[in-house]
Amino acid sequence: MTLLLAIVVGVLYSVGIYLMMDRNMIRLILGLALLSHAANLLIFTSAGIARGSPPIISTEGNVAPPDAADPVPQALILTAIVISFGVLAFAMALVYRSYETIGSEDLDEMRNVE
Amino acid sequence: MSGILLVLPILVPLVTASGCLVAWRYRSIQRALSLVGAAVLLAAAGMLLWQVDRGGPIAVQVGGWPAPFGITLVADMLSAIMVVLAGIVGMAVAIYSLGDIGRRRESLGYFPLFQVLMMGVCGAFLTGDIFNLYVWFEVMLMASFTLMAMGAQKAQLQGAIKYVTLNLLSSAIFLAAIGILYGLVGTLNMADLATKLRNVPEPGIINAVAALFLVAFGIKAAAFPLFFWLPASYPTPPVAVSALFAGLLTKVGVYALLRVFSLIFIQNLSVTHGLILAIASFTMVFGVLGAYAQNEIRRILSFHIVSQIGYMLMGLGLFTRLALAGAIFYIAHHILVKTNLFLISGIIHRLRGSFTLAQLGGLYRTHPWLALLFLVPALSLAGLPPLSGFFAKLILIQAGLEAGMYTVVAVALIVGLLTLLSMLKIWNEAFWKQAAANSHEHEITGRQRFLVLGPAIVLAGMTICIGLWPSLLLDPSMKAAEQLLDTSAYIKAVMGVRS
Repeated sequence: MTLLLAIVVGVLYSVGIYLMMDRNMIRLILGLALLSHAANLLIFTSAGIARGSPPIISTEGNVAPPDAADPVPQALILTAIVISFGVLAFAMALVYRSYETIGSEDLDEMRNVE
Repeated sequence: MSGILLVLPILVPLVTASGCLVAWRYRSIQRALSLVGAAVLLAAAGMLLWQVDRGGPIAVQVGGWPAPFGITLVADMLSAIMVVLAGIVGMAVAIYSLGDIGRRRESLGYFPLFQVLMMGVCGAFLTGDIFNLYVWFEVMLMASFTLMAMGAQKAQLQGAIKYVTLNLLSSAIFLAAIGILYGLVGTLNMADLATKLRNVPEPGIINAVAALFLVAFGIKAAAFPLFFWLPASYPTPPVAVSALFAGLLTKVGVYALLRVFSLIFIQNLSVTHGLILAIASFTMVFGVLGAYAQNEIRRILSFHIVSQIGYMLMGLGLFTRLALAGAIFYIAHHILVKTNLFLISGIIHRLRGSFTLAQLGGLYRTHPWLALLFLVPALSLAGLPPLSGFFAKLILIQAGLEAGMYTVVAVALIVGLLTLLSMLKIWNEAFWKQAAANSHEHEITGRQRFLVLGPAIVLAGMTICIGLWPSLLLDPSMKAAEQLLDTSAYIKAVMGVRS
């Protein structure tokens, strides 16, 4: 399972970086989105995948169950997803605005405007 | 009491930003709030520095969760100095922007964004948790993205796209590095990481993670080879915004490098810090050469930011007490000087309606005081005595000689000379030569004159003061450097408060 996820992470990274090299701004944004997905999946994988019980401390005993899953990576990923959602929404708005102003989604056109 | 001091630099901008949002329709209230917020932030930062200087590093566990489980806010000398510098720049830019930012951007939400940016910067300086550092970076970036694109002129949008892309790339790398680090040792608290990483047997994977952090923060700090976004984007937004960015934002990246590579990754000094030293040399050279090819004031100054980042990294790469103190001294000097140079470039633009050197000229004849005001930070940047930049370079070069790193010392000296040439180029073109034939002449009148000139004069005064009494800044820098080399006090402040 870890190996499979590692391969998926690798594929996501390579596709993301490939898309970022494109002159088309939409592809640039898609590439950035894939990069952040890859990072999230990487956190998930590297923190260790185990089928544990919910990390909830019962009222008696005051200790977590011995096979409890680690909740921290999921908290991290959740935070990162929210952040990347906000940032990507801004990036989309930015790209749309510059498409309106410059009239093209080609990054090379952009340089010629100067 | 000390807990409050740690929270204030984050809380004050947050409250101010909320207040500005509430008073969205009333520009005059927003203007007043922004000024008050900046002043309170500066005062709070000053008290924090005083407290840390007297009593050593302090920490507070947010929400009462003990370290390493909760999020810790922690301030040692380095953090406190950086927060004070942020307060000074915030204050200067807050005053300047009252006279310069303009009605349209003010009603688009300039003031709340400015405060959110300050909150992100202070949060990044004060957090003791590596994932929380990522979150503060994002807060800061989000505000800076919007400030950069605000107004949506063509040049601004072009700059913003490069800026956004590179910074998002760096964030993704940073996040991946945090993930691997967590998988390796199972903690995110930086002090805890420092202790636990000493017991990890494999140096290979630590070096790999260290390299990821170096790339991520290197992009944010605009170090070689990924610095090109900075000269492409910093000259495009309004002057107040670029002064704020030039003063603070890249230095947050440098701060993160200083923190991570003095606290966490010190297992393989020859690999990591050797690499940093090499990067430092290249950053210095490429920055200054890039500046040489430019003929627009803000582009020249932007390339010089890159080259100056190299000096700071040189201090980190040498990693001796004197070198680290030099790096911190250099950061402080650079923040004051670079903010000031951008502010003055804005004044020049107001007077002549252009940033392009060819269209300027004759300012010395009409505005001799402005010419002198420019010379102070410009010569300080180049490292002429008795200004702050001279001592900053002197300390670093002395540290380099002591460590026997003659190549990087030679590079630093030559780059200093080239910086002088480049500053003289601005001086000759903008102030000394005959005014260009088709130049416009404007005057800054009334209250605006005070608002835009005041901060520049105060910042220049600080540069001169540091030059005349360098121990004012050197003593705290030395103390901060000691705390960076001997992290036991920092770790104890974070971990020891467990009850």
